[in-house]
Amino acid sequence: MSKYYLGVDLGSTTSKAVIINEQDEIIGRGITNTRANYSVAADIARDEATYNARFSILKKNLEKEIISKPEYKKYISDLESVFQYEQFKIKLDKLGDELVKTCNNFFKNDEQKNEILGHLRNIRKAFKPKIKHDYLYNNLGEKNQFFRDIVSEKYNEEVNKLEMALFEPLMTVWDKSISPAENERIKFDFKELVHKAMVELKEKYKNLPDTVAENESINFDAEMNLLKGNFDQVSETLRSHIDDIADLEFHIENMTGTGYGRALLPFPQECIRSEILCHAFGAHAVFPDTRTVLDIGGQDTKAIQVDKYGLVTSFQMNDRCAAGCGRYLGYIADEMSISLNELGPMAMEAQKEVNICSTCTVFAGAELRELTNLGEKREDILGGLHKAIIMRAMSLIARSGGVFNEFTFTGGVARNPAVIKYLTQLVRDNYGNDITINIHTDSIFMGALGGAMFARRNISADLPSNKKTQEAIQ
Amino acid sequence: MANPKDAVKEKSMIIQKEMLAKQFNDLSKAKETGKKVCYTFVPGNLIELILSFDMLPVYPEINALQSGMRKKSGGYIKDAEKMGHSEDVCTYVKCDIGMMLNGNIGPTGEKLPEPDLLLLSYTGCFTFLKWFENLNRLYPNAEIAMLHTPYQEDGKITKEQIDYMVKQLKEEVLPKFEKVSGKKFDSARLSKLLSNSVQSEDYWVKVLQLAKIKPSPIDAYFAGVYYMGPINTAFRGSDECLEYYKELYHEIKDRAEKKLLPVTPEGEMQKERFRLVVEGPPNWTNFREFWKIFYDMGAVIVASTYTKVGGVYDLGYRQNPEEPLESLATYCMGCYTNLNLPQRVDLIEKYVKEYQADGFLINSIKSCNSFSAGQLMIMREIEQRTGVPVGFIESDLVDPRYFSYANIKNRLESYFQMLEQRKIILSQESVTV
Repeated sequence: MSKYYLGVDLGSTTSKAVIINEQDEIIGRGITNTRANYSVAADIARDEATYNARFSILKKNLEKEIISKPEYKKYISDLESVFQYEQFKIKLDKLGDELVKTCNNFFKNDEQKNEILGHLRNIRKAFKPKIKHDYLYNNLGEKNQFFRDIVSEKYNEEVNKLEMALFEPLMTVWDKSISPAENERIKFDFKELVHKAMVELKEKYKNLPDTVAENESINFDAEMNLLKGNFDQVSETLRSHIDDIADLEFHIENMTGTGYGRALLPFPQECIRSEILCHAFGAHAVFPDTRTVLDIGGQDTKAIQVDKYGLVTSFQMNDRCAAGCGRYLGYIADEMSISLNELGPMAMEAQKEVNICSTCTVFAGAELRELTNLGEKREDILGGLHKAIIMRAMSLIARSGGVFNEFTFTGGVARNPAVIKYLTQLVRDNYGNDITINIHTDSIFMGALGGAMFARRNISADLPSNKKTQEAIQ
Repeated sequence: MANPKDAVKEKSMIIQKEMLAKQFNDLSKAKETGKKVCYTFVPGNLIELILSFDMLPVYPEINALQSGMRKKSGGYIKDAEKMGHSEDVCTYVKCDIGMMLNGNIGPTGEKLPEPDLLLLSYTGCFTFLKWFENLNRLYPNAEIAMLHTPYQEDGKITKEQIDYMVKQLKEEVLPKFEKVSGKKFDSARLSKLLSNSVQSEDYWVKVLQLAKIKPSPIDAYFAGVYYMGPINTAFRGSDECLEYYKELYHEIKDRAEKKLLPVTPEGEMQKERFRLVVEGPPNWTNFREFWKIFYDMGAVIVASTYTKVGGVYDLGYRQNPEEPLESLATYCMGCYTNLNLPQRVDLIEKYVKEYQADGFLINSIKSCNSFSAGQLMIMREIEQRTGVPVGFIESDLVDPRYFSYANIKNRLESYFQMLEQRKIILSQESVTV
């Protein structure tokens, strides 16, 4: 039986899980927003990584066939999206129950209660097909894909269409329901959901327009075209393989918990490790010549120096203040009423960088409003903000000893193109053009990856053999 | 200094406790007995001179750290800030000023007497000057004596510097002492006290060097701050002080022979996992919690620079009874914070090597420029010269607002794991190679 290793990184903003095999290859990734109940966040990230791992194993099992039949690959990734939608539906039902419960408890007046309940039903009816469409046709794209974000966005959209007087009661009901709903862990039956997803997928392919161009919301896709008229056969051929991975006993041999909330993870003490070590280890494993690691997370910026073994030799972290970290960007995005994911691309449009102070998040918000009033362009302000964050990180890097070749950037903020732009620019300005700068697509998972790799390596040193571990894996 | 509560009481601890009780009792009765009181600071203190004039010393920064440990500093600091002292002012100063504003009640609950003499014998810390200016405003009747201590810019003490200080002692300091105490300067008495100091210093160095043993019988930082009390403050030169260090040395030597590990507030440590050298003062407001993070992880501090603020005796300096004033001058210029940065790096490097440390850690104090300036450079140099992992944490002396337990614990945990990982992987490496 294959052995798998799990790393869970419970960050201040997002919780990540990575599953690796014995060759250190990532076979499962899971990510969710961190919430009041840390343990649920960790469980959800881990569950997601496990589902993702099953799909990866499926692809791996069919590696050879996929080369000659690209439609298999397309089918499997479509299936995974629809599978996620099936999970989403169940979560949405739970949220629905919660909304009704809140409504019943909150409104004493029956008339008002029924009115709000009616609106809730309509809202749900309105946004459900939209979300389904997004999942089925991969339209979620670059947006945040966490349940909370998706439903909040749609709910807000619908509420805004209604009259003003309804805004407050509907938002109150929402605020009181979303947290309990997302703090409860739902156990999904993988096999049941994957079968449902197959049925759903059949519908999708059946309803595909004859010519792709007829429906512009569906991206033209050669692989999808291969599936047209062929899907029944593909789906039947793959069914047994899908059942195999659904029935696969997934054995996690060892695990490591890391991140800000690591002490609260339901892991045995010996399985908990500092995120500084994990980020460094992960970054070093992916880019073995890494000597300096910069990690910008939700509330921490860490500049880490590692040796040839991937071991940390020194590190510096922001102390007392988290301005310039991921949450800073989140706050700025809120101030500008745009999504976090739009921030970077907008900053890339900057013609110049407006000077902005990065010492305090709240003051930066005030400065931003002032600069807007003075007529500065949003793009240029954002350019300045992004540069300010990197300037702050550069000072931390200097304190940790500087940049040595190679330099690897990790953490959630590494997905932001403007951050990458200014970081590259400033690292080159300060430490020369010969520095290799590595940014991996899995940057945000680097801590969890390092954790999983520690779990794999320490297996003989301190295998947690107590029962608690086994329970935690279940 | 206070003894840790609930800890096993060794004989030396009892001696120290009695010394302190007597000291504060004498202070509280100073008015009745007519003894004159001299306020001064620990670095470069001229305690033998003070004692030779039969005067009683008060150390404001010791009172401040005591207030920190007794959880009173937060309120005192707030009161000083109300008076107009900025958030950035050294918290020892604000805590001390706050304590005076609140009736100048000392650590034993007895009121401290007002100063007759304000003796500033170490000017390496600029804040000390300002602190005394403030004390002067609070106590306008006190005499002031200031001794300018040249910094060891070139890493050595020259004859000219000694002459310069002796001249100040003769022309400025001694006349003030004579005026306040009403006594003539007694050179023979000073020499006698200094020769006692030499013996205490010998024992103190021997105590510190017992930490070279593996496992170390003492924690040279968290317990070190208690051990350093008598010699760094009111007692150096006295018979009790010598008795204390003699006793302490024998106790610890005995512990070492029995292979016992350091005593903590929760009893004896069972395993020494990491040996560290620490730079910078400790945090006082959360001293116990701070210490606990270390001993819970099996980390022992085998050498620290902070315990050398009153004199770096392990480099060989001893008081010289033959030339008492020259000796005092050299002493003032030789305290740790008066060393230039290359000297400090050399000293720490020596500690890391001689005490076989696994790591070097800096506790950087927001309030203290004397210590904090140059610490990043020190860290980098030590890392390069010794190859041990270095760590950096930040807190404050006595402002409870600047001690973030979660942050410090997070960093220390990472640091200890870093040391551990290193041990494991390097040992595997040496096996495979």
